[in-house]
Amino acid sequence: MKWLELWIAIAVMVLASSGGDVLTSSAMKRIGDLDELRARRGLLAVIGAVFSEKHFLFALCCFTVGFFSFLTALSWGDLSLVAPSSASLTFLASAVMAKFFLKERVDHRRWISAVLVCVGVVLLAM
Amino acid sequence: MNVRKYLVLLAVMCFGSIGDALLSRGMKQLGPVNLHHWQEIIRPIGNPWILIGILCLTLFFASYLTALSFADLSYVLPATALGYVLVTLIARFAFHENVSVWRWLGVLLISCGVGWVTRGPELTKHPREASASVPEEQHEMA
Repeated sequence: MKWLELWIAIAVMVLASSGGDVLTSSAMKRIGDLDELRARRGLLAVIGAVFSEKHFLFALCCFTVGFFSFLTALSWGDLSLVAPSSASLTFLASAVMAKFFLKERVDHRRWISAVLVCVGVVLLAM
Repeated sequence: MNVRKYLVLLAVMCFGSIGDALLSRGMKQLGPVNLHHWQEIIRPIGNPWILIGILCLTLFFASYLTALSFADLSYVLPATALGYVLVTLIARFAFHENVSVWRWLGVLLISCGVGWVTRGPELTKHPREASASVPEEQHEMA
């Protein structure tokens, strides 16, 4: 049963972190280029702008869930299995979510890159 | 894309992979998490490896937010995957670990994917937003 628990922990981590990625990306797009904002109004203004974005706060909740399921998965399985499998699944889940929720233009170039990176990450585990 | 933006992507990949490696080392030191005593999940916070790992991941997060503020999510994720290549190179040349042919093939595929995506546009221009602002302006003028 240990493998089932391990894969559930990995699945929770993948969904939580790609959901968090999508929310973060949408929050940052609403704020605009952080470096330019820092140059204009200073670091405190950047921190204030980031933490007053609702999407960012939801994203933090998702990342917290993802972080603790990653720690749990790491204690049950090897890093060489957990890190590549969760990372490669997160690549694909994020590309799909970016297309549907963020309306990003995920063209052939990006699909091919996502699949190449995904397969490459799996091969690293062998 | 300019040098500053590539440096931000470089920071994302370095801090992310080093942070993950430190967390892994810390968790292996502490042993398996027992689901029946789930409160124990807080215990790793006191471990020095975990603490340095969390510091690295904080820096990773700051650079990740900056990257997402100027580029699409589906661009940033593959572009920062070079971190895995970095870890493999560290494992082979600094720790003298045995890296199999499969792993080198994985490194090659990731590098191709990264090279491929970073040659494309980094941000989607939404035509809907541009056209949506037109009626507003007309409204103001009226």
